[in-house]
Formats: sequence, structure tokens, C-alpha cells
Amino acid sequence: MRYTIILVAILFGLTLVTISDADAAGDALEPPDHEWSHTGVFGTFDRAELQRGFQVFQEVCASCHSLNYIAFRNLIEIGFSEDQVKAIASEYEVEDGPDGEGEMFMRSARPSDYFPAPFANSQAARSANGGSLPPDLSLMVKARDGGLDYLYGILVGYEEEPPDGFELAEGMSYNHYFPGHQIAMPEPLYEDAVEYSDGTEASIDQLAHDVSVFLAWTAEPELEIRKQTGLKVLIFLAVFTALIYIIKRRVWAKLH
Amino acid sequence: MATPIHRYRIVQWIDYRLPIFSWTNEHLIDYPAPRNLNYWWNFGSLAGFMLVVQIVTGVILAMHYTPHVDHAFKSTEHIMRDVEWGWMMRYLHANGASMFFVVIYIHIFRGFYYGSYKSPREILWWLGVIILFLMMGSAFMGYVLPWGQMSFWAATVITNLLSAIPWIGETLVTWLWGGFSVDNALLNRFFSLHYLLPFLLCGVVFLHIWALHHRKSNNPLGIDIKSSKDTIPFSPYYTIKDMFGLGIMLFVLAIFVFYLPNYLGESINYIEADPLVTPPHIVPEWYFLPYYAILRAVPDKLGGVIAMVASIAILFVLPWLDTSKVRSARFRPLYKQFFWIFVADCIVLGWVGANPPEGSFILIGRICSIYYFAHFLIILPLLGKFERTKPLPESIHQAVLPSESPQNASGVPPDDPPNTTSPTPPSTGKQ
Repeated sequence: MRYTIILVAILFGLTLVTISDADAAGDALEPPDHEWSHTGVFGTFDRAELQRGFQVFQEVCASCHSLNYIAFRNLIEIGFSEDQVKAIASEYEVEDGPDGEGEMFMRSARPSDYFPAPFANSQAARSANGGSLPPDLSLMVKARDGGLDYLYGILVGYEEEPPDGFELAEGMSYNHYFPGHQIAMPEPLYEDAVEYSDGTEASIDQLAHDVSVFLAWTAEPELEIRKQTGLKVLIFLAVFTALIYIIKRRVWAKLH
Repeated sequence: MATPIHRYRIVQWIDYRLPIFSWTNEHLIDYPAPRNLNYWWNFGSLAGFMLVVQIVTGVILAMHYTPHVDHAFKSTEHIMRDVEWGWMMRYLHANGASMFFVVIYIHIFRGFYYGSYKSPREILWWLGVIILFLMMGSAFMGYVLPWGQMSFWAATVITNLLSAIPWIGETLVTWLWGGFSVDNALLNRFFSLHYLLPFLLCGVVFLHIWALHHRKSNNPLGIDIKSSKDTIPFSPYYTIKDMFGLGIMLFVLAIFVFYLPNYLGESINYIEADPLVTPPHIVPEWYFLPYYAILRAVPDKLGGVIAMVASIAILFVLPWLDTSKVRSARFRPLYKQFFWIFVADCIVLGWVGANPPEGSFILIGRICSIYYFAHFLIILPLLGKFERTKPLPESIHQAVLPSESPQNASGVPPDDPPNTTSPTPPSTGKQ
């Protein structure tokens, strides 16, 4: 009897482990285990990292990738003031209309506008990128197994030359962490790719770290409030359940 | 049950015309429950609570969601980003579905262990199986609504199963899709049905509770209630016990909602549905994995579909497949072992379902699928004939109240009628 229960427990444990690992299989390496400030139970985003990451997105990623679910107004959440957000938005042009004559027209963006995509449609994006479609980045951290660590791994995992005997197709790059190692995106980051206004040294690791944190925020803008609410809810439930248990024992004591 | 005397005139006035107060009293307060129900009996009311959570969060989500292929994914993100507490509603609803299935599966296995499906509770059990079918339909259609990659491809794979039906299969699939592919028509009707099914569920749950309260709850000893000494009023005893269980369940649910909201989900469902890109692995949610393993264990498509449906439908005839007269596994030493082997079998099936159908997974999946059916069709009928069961206690109160019986609760009936009260042992620390 006891052995059967132990057997069941072991099987259950194995199942949980296998289910969570099932998708990580493949020939890509396990993503590096990188340190993040926001992943723990009490974790919050570092505003300086977020703003630097936004700068990397703006100056590097945005030339090919869209960020469809983020509006300029959302940038207030990563520590920009309302005036700064207005200034950032005004650097972009968006299409509006139709006007009184029925014509569409371009105007500078307002905080309520969403980030304009670099290409008008996926066909245009493909034709400009050798047939590959650069995916939207808003949800990237949630949309890939391995999440944040995987994303960081991709950004730092490029190799100039593939290992001996590896056939790399025309226009592709070699990446340690990409499934199949053959990635259509050329290495996006290089030393001093952007000039950080706060003087932080723009090494590849730093750039990759900052932009990963920024994309963690675009994927889960509710992360901080979610964890803070969760803590309150768990404390409440723990106290509530303990009190109920005491009452339960008192009520049942009358039965015996 | 005598009509209770209500204190307030207005209550008396209403109750005379519509006896809702008497009814509530009869079913939620005075309802005589066996005095020995253990914590495995919490899961029925927990399931009822989860149904309410799903309906409340679902109604709110439906206020902000748009069932259209061009807007479904966007409106889901709108809920996550722009709707006040929208992320919490959606994560509660998505993880609540998993919690609902955890609770329901424990509830079902409790029924297996204590023989709760046996006479006179067969119809109560049937209603439970219908509830399971409705839940599965509801969960599947709900998973399609965000219109991510897994939503789309799960819908494609599962609806295509119907094409295995001879003669009418293809026509049936076209009819179900409302077109020639999984598209807007299907999304629309799935939304409509996803909203409808929970209310049908409520109706079946009502019948389930009606049947339960008519023949009263089973209990860990599996013997009938014989006198009022065997029962205690539902309130306060089981209301407070259920509240305690509720607190623990909500704690577990909150850990997932607030700290691991996507742990049970598939990452590719955060990619918008694309009919031109097939994902490398199409897997259902965890609560469908054992059925998925059975489906794939049969090399023939139609055979697989039949096996999958039969794996649940077989529960309808379980009360007659189990030929043992004894309900509770406590008095069935062999069944107790086979019960746990069956639990292990279901878990292995889930593990196989999560993995691609290749290599040894195929063989393991087939062995476990065959065992699954053998448990119901061979083991249970034979056990009832050959198993030597332990003697049943005389009554619930004699078995569980130390003052009523010279024996402990091991289930051995006392030799003498229990009118000779032995010195009362201290009852502290025991409930």
C-alpha cells in the first residue's frame, strides 16, 4: 500500500518535470541563467534599465521590429514624465484621417498613439528582410519557451563563424541558443551600438540585458502590481484560513 | 423535515408563498450529513465555488472581448493592458479553469475510492459524468477564444477528429466550422457556446445536488445512514470545514494567478493565430493530456476517437462494472491497491500525452491505454467476485465515536450491542 503511494508520488513528480521540460527539448542550448531584478517574488523593474532598454529598442530593434501593443502613453509607467512622453511621441509620424476632403494625412504622433510599425504590412517586411518576417516584440518574452533568459541568450549567442561542418544557408547567422542554430536575424548588437545618456558602458551584455528588461515590461506591464497584489492576497488568505481552522476546531470539539 | 419557525414576520410571509427560506434551511443548514466525512469530501463544494468564479470572471471578460478573428487576440491584450484589473480577471479565469479541473478530478477519484457511484447513487454519478463532459467542452472552446497559435491549431486538430466518422464526417466538420476552414464563423459560435455551457452546467449541478440530497452523501465507511446518530447538521459543521478547504484552495489558486500565471499555459498562445504556420508540437492543456494519449494510442483515427470518448463514457456504466457490494475501499484490500495503480496509470497517460508520439512513448501509451480500459472492464468485475472484503461496521456512529464502541474505528463490528458504555477516553486532539 505504502509502496504504491510512493510510486504514484514519484510518477507524479516525474510528470511535472517532464511536462515543464517537454518543450525545451530540441538541439538548442539551455539559455544562460542571467540575473534579473524583477523575477523574484518581490521583484520590481529597474527604471534606469527600462529606459536604457527603450533606447536600445528605439535605435536598434525598431528599424525592423514592430511594437504593436505599446502606446507612447504607456512609457509613463517606465518613469518618463508626461512632457518627455510628448516629446518622444512627436519624433514619430503616424497616418491619420480622412480629413475634410477625404484624404489621409501624416501628422506627428501624440501620447495616445501606438508605436508605428517599421513596415506597412508583412509582405513589405519580408521583402526588406530576405524573406523573413521580423516578429512583433510586444509579447516576445511570453511567446517563447525560456522567456527572458532565452531572449537574452539569442542576443548574446551569436558566433561569427559556425562550427566546422555546419552548413549555414545564404544570409543566415549562427546562434548558440536558437533552435537549429540558424537564425535569419543578423547580429543586432555591437559594442557602443547606442550612446547611453546616463553614461553606462554600452557593452553587448549591457545592451542585451537592458533591452530584454524593456521587453519583459512590454510583455507584462502588470508585473509589479500583480506581485504586490499577490502578496496582500496571500497574507490575507493565510490569516483567514488560520482563523477558520481555529473556529473549525472549536465547532467540532462540541461533537465529541 | 418540519418547517422551521421563522422569527421575522416578513420572512414568514414570503416563506408561506415561496418557501425559499425553508428550502435553504433544509439544504444548507439542517441537511443531515454523515458525521464522518473527511477532507476528500470538500471537493464538491469547492467545484461549485470554482464554477461561480469562472462565471463571474467570464462575464466580466466577455464585456471587453471581441469574438472576431481580426480582434480576438488584440482584445485579449486590451483586457491585459487597458482594462482595470483586466489582467487579474483573465489570469483568474485561465488558471481558474485548471483549478476547476484539479478539484473535479480529485472529486471523481474520491468517488472511485469510496464507491460513491454505487446504488442508490447511479443517477447522481451520471449527472457528474455529464458535468465532466460539459466542462471539457467549455474549457476547450474557451481555450480557442484568445485566438493564439495554440488556440487555432487545437481547434483545427480537435474539430478535425469528427471527420473520422464514416459517411457524414466531412459534412459534419464543414457544418461545425460554418465554412471550409477554422475561421471567423467557428470563433463566433465557440464564443456563443462557451457562454452558454456554464449555465447548462449550473442546471446539471442543481440536479446533481438534488439527487445527492435525496439519497444523502456517501461517507468514508461507505455504509448507509441508519439513524440520526449517524448524522450531523451541515451547518455549522461542514460549512466551517468547507470554508477551511476553500481558504487553502484559494491560496493555491492565488500563487498561480499572481506569481505563475502562465506556467500551465503554452507560450506560443501569445503569438496571434496564423493558419499558414503550423507549430512543431500541438498539445492540449494539461487536463486533457490523458485523453490525448488514449486518442493517439490507437493507430486508427476513428478508433482513436472512439477510444477517447469511451474513456469517459465508460464511467456511465461503472456502477454495474463494479460488482462488489462493498462501497468503500477501506474494506476492500485488493481494490485499494488497484485504485492506486489506476491513479498511476492516469498520471502516466498524462505524461505520455505531453510528449510527442515517438519511440517508447508510443508503447507506454498503448500499454497504459489498454490498462485503463482493463481496469474498468476486467479488474473491477472480477474483483467483486473474488475479493475477500473486510467486515463492515454496524453503523457510522459506532465506528467513529469512541464512546459508542469498545473497538476503535478499524471497521470491526462490536460483538455486543453498544449499550454498555465503556469509560470515555479523552477526545482531545481528535475530531
